[in-house]
Amino acid sequence: MEHAFFTLQDFLTHTKGSVYILMGLALAGFVGWWRFLVARDEENHKNVR
Amino acid sequence: MKRRTFLGLMGATAVGAAAGTGVLATPAEAAHFEGYPDAMGVLFDATRCIGCRKCEAACNQVNDLEQPERPFDDLAVLEEKRRTHAESYTIVNRFQPESSSIPVFLKTQCNHCMEPACASACFVRAFKKNPDGSVTYDADVCVGCRYCMVACPFNVPAYTYDDPITPEVRKCHMCHPHMAAGKRSLPGCVEACPKEALTWGRRDDLLRIARDRMRANPGKYVDGIYGEREMGGTNWLYISGVPFEELGLRTDLGVKPAPEFTKGALAGVAMVVGLWPVLLTGIYGMSKLNAKDARKAQEAAVSAMKAECEADHQAAMKQAQEKAAKDKQAAVEREVKKALEEAQKAAEAEQAPNQDKDGDAS
Amino acid sequence: MSTETNKTSLITPFNVIAFVICSVGLYLTVLRFTGGLAAVSNLTDYNPWGLWIGFDLLCGVALAAGGYVTSSAVYLFGLKKYHGAVRPAILTAFLGYAFVVIALHYDVGRPWRLVYPLFWQQGPTSVLFEIGLCVFLYLSVLFLEFCPAALEWLGLKKLRNLLHSATIALTIMGVVLSTMHQSSLGALYLMAPSKLHPLWYSGYLPVFFFVSSAVAGLSMVIFEGTLSHRWLHHKMDNHYLNEHDNFVFSFARAASWVLLGYFFIKVFGIAADNNWKYLGTPMGSWFLVEMGVFVALPCLLYAIGARERNLALCKWTAALAVLGIVVNRFNVSMVAFNWQLPAAERYFPSWHEVWISIFIVTLLVLTFRFISTRMPIFYTHPDYQDEH
Repeated sequence: MEHAFFTLQDFLTHTKGSVYILMGLALAGFVGWWRFLVARDEENHKNVR
Repeated sequence: MKRRTFLGLMGATAVGAAAGTGVLATPAEAAHFEGYPDAMGVLFDATRCIGCRKCEAACNQVNDLEQPERPFDDLAVLEEKRRTHAESYTIVNRFQPESSSIPVFLKTQCNHCMEPACASACFVRAFKKNPDGSVTYDADVCVGCRYCMVACPFNVPAYTYDDPITPEVRKCHMCHPHMAAGKRSLPGCVEACPKEALTWGRRDDLLRIARDRMRANPGKYVDGIYGEREMGGTNWLYISGVPFEELGLRTDLGVKPAPEFTKGALAGVAMVVGLWPVLLTGIYGMSKLNAKDARKAQEAAVSAMKAECEADHQAAMKQAQEKAAKDKQAAVEREVKKALEEAQKAAEAEQAPNQDKDGDAS
Repeated sequence: MSTETNKTSLITPFNVIAFVICSVGLYLTVLRFTGGLAAVSNLTDYNPWGLWIGFDLLCGVALAAGGYVTSSAVYLFGLKKYHGAVRPAILTAFLGYAFVVIALHYDVGRPWRLVYPLFWQQGPTSVLFEIGLCVFLYLSVLFLEFCPAALEWLGLKKLRNLLHSATIALTIMGVVLSTMHQSSLGALYLMAPSKLHPLWYSGYLPVFFFVSSAVAGLSMVIFEGTLSHRWLHHKMDNHYLNEHDNFVFSFARAASWVLLGYFFIKVFGIAADNNWKYLGTPMGSWFLVEMGVFVALPCLLYAIGARERNLALCKWTAALAVLGIVVNRFNVSMVAFNWQLPAAERYFPSWHEVWISIFIVTLLVLTFRFISTRMPIFYTHPDYQDEH
């Protein structure tokens, strides 16, 4: 995956584009990971009750 | 010119490969882009321009634009300073600089930046920097936000404000569509110029030609080539016998390419997405934990208080019960005593008459 | 318009004025879409952005910041007792953004292509792309945040409870998106260092816009609460009314505090670019007026109002602060923009542009009134009293 970029504009179009996609994945990742982090709390909470 | 390769998403792995092939890999932050190697451009020599407006006429005809009210050979138009317009991609203005005895003319059109501000600003990528050096516009995707016009430091793009259905941005395209279609071999204005004030060629060659003219004619030109470095460089270049400011060209634009102005802010966006959820969820978690602890402490305090109350209550109850029991017993005893006494009295009373009777007897 | 006032006459001064504004507004709308931008606006090739960007977009988005400010204060930072203020703020924000998008249909050349940057061809190097994406996503988030009120009104309990359980995620998403596009509205002008006056141009522009949007949000919630109190008092429950005063004082104190920080970073901006020399010029005087009357003064008045528990002072200061934000956005987008051009080429809005802006604000107010007189906005729905 090797590109030759002749202009900063082309380079940024490429990199900003990938960053936007990654940002979307990151937001989804946050939600999933948070649920994983706190899932046991809820189970424990239920067990105690 | 050194051609450098820049790496995209797969940066880390590609760096290894690049090192092996001897390609220089610079971190993007320090990267410098030289533009397309064979990009063409135009050199405008203000010492040659006579303000005949033939370039304007040619541009109008080549691009099939609306005929102006006053014909192109009416030079009185030059009395007034004009700018590019939806129906005129190029404009010649006349200036009377202090340092010159004769008027000097300047042709204005799109400068075809090496890093176009319009392209950087466009949110649908309607502008494109082509390998031939031209910057072209695609009306088929344009929304008409006009941010390109805000962004352009040269105030070049114009808009068809009077068109309600298909308004579009208009600007010089360096005859890219005509040449790509094979209809022309030179931009219309360059071909029409009777004084060779316009030279079409590779940008690198044009820079050399400009320097050659300066060397060959000492004192004729002011030092510098306008467009060599302005806004990161343009493909349209200017040389002049009078200072560029006196021709209405802005010399305070700096040498930074346009995308650099917003690059940092856009990089900040990714930091917000990456770190704001961390911070905010953290604060939420902590405030929730605090609230939970506070509630627990409150509950504990309440139940302790309750227990204490209960104990007190129990004790009091017991005491009262005991007292009641005692009282009851006392009452019973009292009643029993009373009853016994009464019974005794009754018995005594019954015995008395008998005693009286018996007393006599005794 | 309102069935709430079915016993009284519909011919109230408010309704008459609204009717006049809307009739002329509709006429101008027809004019705009049949004659093009040139028929109604003073926009030129030198001044491609006018009042519809300076007011409708920049001020509209800033003044709709109350949504993220209030919901984050209540749901994330633990000010739960003020939950009564969230719904009005969310509704205002949702309508604010919705009408910003409607207003943009007047401004852009081909409004039916407004979704192009999202779904057709993306220009990720553009700050405007970021704004478009964020406004689109945030409008969706606000819609989802507002939905429980509508669903309670409609009695759709299951769906309502599902959405309610996503409150925290939506709130965080709202703050992330707001940070991004509020700051990016300032970043738009980073592209034009040669056109914007140095006193207003700064590398910190995105930060200035974000921080001042928080002030705008806090002030707008106080200000808008005052108006609602006056006109929609009968719709408010005791919880809302009881907490209202304390809520105003808390927000006034917060606004004063943020304004202080905003004042400091603006001064840092001047120092960073060594722009002191411009302060002595006419533009510099106007800059000092902005900093003194519209930043420092509300900062001080808010502090006094919160300290002395002076409700009236807090409310008047909110109005001043809101005006201050409008002044700032006007300065960046119009007054200090193209400052080097000769007066003849500068921009001043046509009456048509002003009227259309007023028309859109009127539509917003009418919609707000329609919704808040029907749905549980200022009161908690009887079925969900125990939830907070």
